[in-house]
This record gives sequence, structure tokens and C-alpha cells, in this order.
Amino acid sequence: MTLGDAAVSRLRALFAAPDTAGTRYRVVGPLGAGGMATVWEADDTVLARRVALKILDAADATPERIERLLAEARVLASLEHPGIVPVHDAGLLPDGRAFCAMKKVEGESLSAAAARLPSAAARLRVFLRICETVAFAHARGVLHRDLKPSNVMIGPFGEVLVVDWGLAAGAEEAKAGGTVAGTPGYMAPEQARGEPVDARADVFSLGVLLKDLLSADGVRPDRRLAAVVAKATAPDHAARYLDVTALAADVTRALDGEAVSALPEGPFARGARLLRRHRVAVLLVLAYLLVRGFILLFR
Amino acid sequence: MPEGRFPPTRGSVLEAARSGRPEERARALETLAAAYWRPVYVTLRLKWRRGHEEACDLAQSFFAHVFEAKLLDRFDPSRGRLRTYLRSCLDALVANEAKAASRVKRGGGAALASLDVEAMRREADAASAAGVPSPEELFTREWVRGVFAAAVHRVRESLAAEAKEAWFELFRRYDLERDDSSVPSYADLAEELGMKETDVTNRLAAVRRRFREATLAVLRELTATDEEFRREARALLGAEPP
Repeated sequence: MTLGDAAVSRLRALFAAPDTAGTRYRVVGPLGAGGMATVWEADDTVLARRVALKILDAADATPERIERLLAEARVLASLEHPGIVPVHDAGLLPDGRAFCAMKKVEGESLSAAAARLPSAAARLRVFLRICETVAFAHARGVLHRDLKPSNVMIGPFGEVLVVDWGLAAGAEEAKAGGTVAGTPGYMAPEQARGEPVDARADVFSLGVLLKDLLSADGVRPDRRLAAVVAKATAPDHAARYLDVTALAADVTRALDGEAVSALPEGPFARGARLLRRHRVAVLLVLAYLLVRGFILLFR
Repeated sequence: MPEGRFPPTRGSVLEAARSGRPEERARALETLAAAYWRPVYVTLRLKWRRGHEEACDLAQSFFAHVFEAKLLDRFDPSRGRLRTYLRSCLDALVANEAKAASRVKRGGGAALASLDVEAMRREADAASAAGVPSPEELFTREWVRGVFAAAVHRVRESLAAEAKEAWFELFRRYDLERDDSSVPSYADLAEELGMKETDVTNRLAAVRRRFREATLAVLRELTATDEEFRREARALLGAEPP
């Protein structure tokens, strides 16, 4: 049988949409595509709710990648946190593609939303929420390994969600190294070289993300935050923050106008910072002393 | 999980071609020819400007040559795709045609029997008159058609073995030979083929599923590694440039 061009196009199209016949899901349409999977909007007909189905593309349905997607689902299922999209279900569709059913989240990626956040302080608060989520995952022994603005979603009510845990690895797996996966520019140097990684690889990515957030309005960040970024993104992982909690603590200090561990202060710098921080009180004391001086002088 | 309607996935044609067992080698030749006969023929017609008869002879000689000269043994998947390798083998064979002409015409005959050579001839004549794309595009386009055609052939055979010819007829009418200017409704097809409308929906879905499985099975047999399979599948399904 000879297949005409139109038939070839139709046959190709049969591979585009996933085959959910006989399952509880009815596909509505595509939401977005990644490297080897597409996220589809779907109806869960049993629970009558809208979900997001992450489904491996037909071309990528190799045993290794099927296992990778199912492993991602298991990682997500083990991480119950407000900053992580809950996973409802996972398995294989009738056409052999692996899928993972998740809560459908509204909102936009941080890369799109960052410039609209009202101030540097607002962006830093979002950053701290990301740190909380990543620190939680680390505490459960999971590294994200692909942190970047497009993998953070900002919901309509200000929810901050860390998404796409497709490269996430358990601490033991990450220690083994041997795989190069991540996003150039956000990936720690040791990760890019395929060497064993630990939490400091995510610290590096968060440092780059912090730099992006600080430069979102084109204003140069202050010296303390610049020092935090420099420490988080140090090429040598031994020079970085030991963990995400330490990084977040420094950002919190900077936000509160306090000294940061990344920038040791001399006495003059400390004095200047205290003056800036307590300038109202200092001005009041100075005014008081001035008035007292005049009174003493002209009595 | 998909049902086991097809025989268990067969190994790659590369392994089968290296096998000492004649039936395995014959199976490899048949699978290779089923997917590649068409791109080879069309390349000979349109790139190398050979007439229909000569292109058929050369195509058969090519598949025989691939096996006799153990060309598949020399294929190194780390250096490229089987598709690209076979295309370069074809070009080398044509360039050295004096030798090829002396070869007995054999090989690929089984696949040829299942191909509509006259239709290919008409299409090649028409394409020749209309101007041709680059040799790479041409080969890839026909390779896609060849892989799909091989998968369709398997689906037809598997349904015939279960006396489900009507199911294939449905697939043929709706997905293969549909006139896009007047798409038949499921109700029309149900009436025409004497089925219930729900049967049309369910059977069409089932045949399409078989077709998807068969396509990926054919592609697995035509690739050496998981990585090559993935790249070829993305090219075949239009997910990325070939």
C-alpha cells in the first residue's frame, strides 16, 4: 500500500496526542512542552477535576526515560510541601508512554513574573520562599539539579512553586556523579563536568537565580547582596554556602539591613551600616545633643 | 500496559544480519527492505536520474550488496544513524555502478512484492517533473513513508490473522485514504461498513494503537541503540528536524 503525503501527515498526528482510552483521563489540550515530555491539560473523570498530565513524548518512550519520569513522580510524591506541586498518580498509558498526573497550577513562570514584582524586597521574599522549598527537599535527601527562573511558578495568590523535578536525584545518586544534566548558566561547574554533586550544586543555581532577580529592575544590587551572590556562585563548591539554609539566612540578613556572612565588615563599614540603619534614632540623639549644647552655651 | 498483540519485540536488524541463522538474516533483509526500499528507489530515480526498471534493479542489487558485503557489520552507531550510513552506502554503490551492474539481481524481493511499485513509479515521475528537494530531504521523506508503510503492513497482517479485516478497512478509509475535502463521519462509516457507531470509535482507536506500537517496533528493529532510536523516532514523528 502506498501512503500519500496526507496519509503520512495523519499518521504522524496519531503520535502527537497521548492515548488515554480506557483510563480515567480525558486530554483537553497541550499546556507546554519540555525536553522529552509534554504537559497536557486533562480531566480526571473519576474525581471530576482538571489535572496536568506530564506525558513522555512517543519518541522518548525508551525504558530508561520511562523509568526517569516515574522516578520523578516518586520524588514528587515523597515531597509534600506547599512549594511543590502535588502528584496524584503515575503509570503507563495504553500506548506505552509513562505519565504523571499532577495538580494543575495556574500562574506564570518566575522568568515572566520577576520584572512585575513591585520591588527588590518583594523579589527577595520570593527567593526566600524558593529557598525554603529547596531546603525542605534537601532535608528529605533530594537535590533538584535544575533550578532556574523558568522552573519556578508564581501563582495568582502569590504562591511560589518549584516545578520540574525531572532531574532531581537522591543524595546517594548525586554523589555517584557520571551524568551531565542541567541548564548551562545555572548548572554548577562540578555538575557540568559530571562530577559528584551535593546540596552546594543547588546553592550555585540559586545564586544565579538570585542574581537574575536582583538585576530584574536594572538597578545595581547593594554590596552585601552582590557578595551573597558571589559566595553562592563560587566556582569552587568548598567556597560556597554549606547549604541553602545558610544562603537564605544571609539574604534575610541583607533584607533586614544586617551584616552578611559573605561580606565581613571592618569597624568603619559596621559604623556606616549602623548609622544608615538607625539614622532616625541617631538624628534624634544628635538633635537632642545640639539643643542641649545651645542651652548650655547661652544659659 | 499495551496488550501483547504483536510478537515480542524483535532484535535490531543489525543483530539479525550478523546472525549465522539464515531465517534471521532473511528476516533482517525483509525488515530493512520494507522500510528502505522506497527511499532507495526514489533516490535512484530522482537523485541519480535512473529509469524505473534500472532503479528497481539497482535497489534490489543494493540490498543484496548490503548483506553480501556485510556492510551492516561495519556500521558504528556511535558515529551516526543507520539511515545516514545506508544512504552513503547507496551513493557509493551507484558511483561504482560498473561493478553493481554485474551483480545478479537479488535481495529485497520479498519487500518488493508488498510494495506498490507502479504507484511509486507514478509518484517518482510526478516528483521528477515537479522538481525535487535535496537528496537528504528526499531520502528522509521516503524513509518516513517506508517505516509507516511497513508498520501499516504489519497491522494489516496481524488483523487479518484475527479475521478482523473490517477493522483494517476502517483504518484504511479513515486514516489512510481519506479525502480531506469530505471527511466521512463515524456515523457514515458505521452505516457503510455495517457497524455500530461506538464500534467505529473503539475499533479505530484499537487499530491506531496497534499502528503506533507497530511503528515503534519497526523503528526499534531499524536502530542499534536507545539513543539512535530516540533520535530517529523524533525525526520520524516530526518532533525535531531530521
